Amino acid sequence: MTEKTEVKIPLSGIGIRHKAKASIALIGNPNAGKSTLFNRLTGLRQTTGNFPGVTVEKHQGTVELTHSALNLVDLPGIYSLDGTSTDERIAVDVALGRVPGTERPAGLLVVIDATHLYQGMYLLEQLIELQIPMVIALTMIDAATANGISIDTAALQKALGGVPVYPVSSITGNGFDNLKAGLENITSNAVPKIPASWPEFSTVAQQLADELGGHWQRIDVIQALLQTHPGYAGKLGKELGVERVARIRADLFADTPPAAVEARKRYKWVQTVIAEVQEQAPLYSKVSARVIRWTNQPWPATLLFFAVLILVFQAVFSWATPLMDLIDNASSGLGRLAIEQLGDNALSSFIADGVIAGVGSVIIFLPQILILFLFIIVLEDTGYLARTSFLMDRVMRTVGLSGQSVIPMLSSFACAVPSIMATRVIPDRRDRIATILAAPFMTCSARLPIYALLIAAFVPDESIGLMNLQGLVLFGLYILGILGGLVTARMLKSSALKGPKPQFMLALPEFRMPNLQTVAIKLFDRARIFLKRAGTVIFFVAILVWTLAYFPRMDTDDFARSNFANSAQETSVENAMAAAQMEQSWLGRIGRTIEPVFKPLGWDWRVSSAVVAGFPAREVVVAVMGTIYAVGSEADEQSLSEKLRSAKWPDGRLIFTLPMVLGLLVFYAWCLQCAATLATIRRETNSWRWPIFAWFYMTGLGYGGALIIYQVGSLL
Amino acid sequence: MTLADLNPGDTARLTEINTNDPGVIKLMMLGMVEDITVRMENIAIGGDPLEVGFFGSSISLRKEQARHFKVTRIDGSAS
Repeated sequence: MTEKTEVKIPLSGIGIRHKAKASIALIGNPNAGKSTLFNRLTGLRQTTGNFPGVTVEKHQGTVELTHSALNLVDLPGIYSLDGTSTDERIAVDVALGRVPGTERPAGLLVVIDATHLYQGMYLLEQLIELQIPMVIALTMIDAATANGISIDTAALQKALGGVPVYPVSSITGNGFDNLKAGLENITSNAVPKIPASWPEFSTVAQQLADELGGHWQRIDVIQALLQTHPGYAGKLGKELGVERVARIRADLFADTPPAAVEARKRYKWVQTVIAEVQEQAPLYSKVSARVIRWTNQPWPATLLFFAVLILVFQAVFSWATPLMDLIDNASSGLGRLAIEQLGDNALSSFIADGVIAGVGSVIIFLPQILILFLFIIVLEDTGYLARTSFLMDRVMRTVGLSGQSVIPMLSSFACAVPSIMATRVIPDRRDRIATILAAPFMTCSARLPIYALLIAAFVPDESIGLMNLQGLVLFGLYILGILGGLVTARMLKSSALKGPKPQFMLALPEFRMPNLQTVAIKLFDRARIFLKRAGTVIFFVAILVWTLAYFPRMDTDDFARSNFANSAQETSVENAMAAAQMEQSWLGRIGRTIEPVFKPLGWDWRVSSAVVAGFPAREVVVAVMGTIYAVGSEADEQSLSEKLRSAKWPDGRLIFTLPMVLGLLVFYAWCLQCAATLATIRRETNSWRWPIFAWFYMTGLGYGGALIIYQVGSLL
Repeated sequence: MTLADLNPGDTARLTEINTNDPGVIKLMMLGMVEDITVRMENIAIGGDPLEVGFFGSSISLRKEQARHFKVTRIDGSAS
């Protein structure tokens, strides 16, 4: 399909100049600088999709070379081809061409981190067994030099039997011209020579591959012998007879697990190569390195972790204010302009109260969300997120999980969808599901608009010591989410998901300066996703809600509206009329039908219908409130929070009392109002059971929490 | 003596590995094989997990797995 489209756009010229693009897989260890290299090579010419049949994101992009172009497919970072986590299996299956609908790559671009040659070479050794052409990009050269490591590239290339090695620096861009030149002819490179690390195994594997012929590639035999691919292991037994395979295995591995023998043999070879090609100057510690080592110690690191968290909350509230005021003024100005230009009629109400008030009330939170994402992206890029999983492993153990669940849970503060996908690094299925069900409790960025709106409207802007009261309340809500998630995980791990004690092993990347381009691309991506939602789902809901709230009109309405402009003393009458109109609109009728369900929580029909409308996507609730209160009031100067503060029951009591607001906040902290999360849980657990359980459980918890707080709070 | 008995700052040589624990095999895939020299970098609050450094890498693991690695401490390394 894509090729057809390219032919249709000859103006760009690119589609014509480079006909068929060879597909090259980008593969390497986690944290080896793979995504930075990918961004450098492809620029913004990248697309994100899914590998067919699985939910692992497929990042691919075009690399423009002087004479040709390549299609570069980014694979999840892995340490070995023997891994068992979902990410590892996908990377291996794609590299081996085993994923239906994805062609076997014509070559590999292997990323090796110069500061971690040890693990990089191990993976490389396994990749050589694939027997397809490859080019090696040696990244982090600057960091290696700073650490006193020098690598003899020519010697390395020689030790690898001539596989081209290109040192590159993603910071300065040095070496990229050479790398690109090397990629030009990658598919016609000779297949790499098998290193002599494990000759007896290599010989047997080759003999068997030759004997079996046909569908059997060398790598299939290897994975069958090592029992790292259950499918091929079974098939080999069928082809050769189980007894013969058992004899071959006994000769090769005695009674040691094959993967342990493989690690011993291959790492022995890696050690000899490193001894030849790498020189480690005597380490003199720079001040920066010593500072980082000191902060990595348990106590400083834990304190730093909490300091960073507090900074994030403060920043989200205080840094965003000027920008938010700007958007607020712009959107209310636009609304007034629409009414002035179009006169006071259904069209202007549609534009001002429906579209602008609805969508504008969500867009206003873009600055806060971007600040939050900026922090999370930078923390991820510096390697600090991984370190927190080391710090938090002990805590996670008390709920039956390991530190490995910490990264998904922390990234859930941005959005639960990618965080649920990030659980794929957790090897045990039970631990993974427990993490998946705990993750949606974390306060995601879509909850931020609701929290921010209610906190700004009902929590006084006072300082308590160094902290701002509003920031403290927000912090408390985050804690509430964390507690909800941890208690849930604990409960599940001691009942439905009971299993062996989880292991915890993780490579801890050292501190790295974040790469500006990578941060910018990721941040831009988040802004795009958020605005796209505001422009589609939220736009649509705002229109729907406006229509339901505006029609059918009351008879007296025209009369009331025409007198509105010069009737200052009649404002209360106007408001009463507007309220009456709302009451008898379709939305009002629907709202009153569902009101009894939420009445025990102290919500009137307006809040109830806004909450119900928010079930597909929780940030919609703000848009709905924006529209309801815009249609329902005649004075457009008031901000939404002022309208909320003055909203009353028919008998004159305020609706938004402290217990009601606290209950509403708790409801939002625990309730699962996100169709995207449910769909992701469904895909990742491959069953309907878990999303259905999660929805009822979380919604029930939110409702119960809000009920208790409102009822008890109202008694006090 | 096992890896779990080292103090922060100690360096030691891995001498013998019990491969019956599946977690140990994963650590071996990360390069924790016999004869390499490791340094105990950090021990988390509460005594577990551990952070072990070798060949420029830092790997975090729990004591439970660390007990399967026999080590000889390299003298004069204690900080």
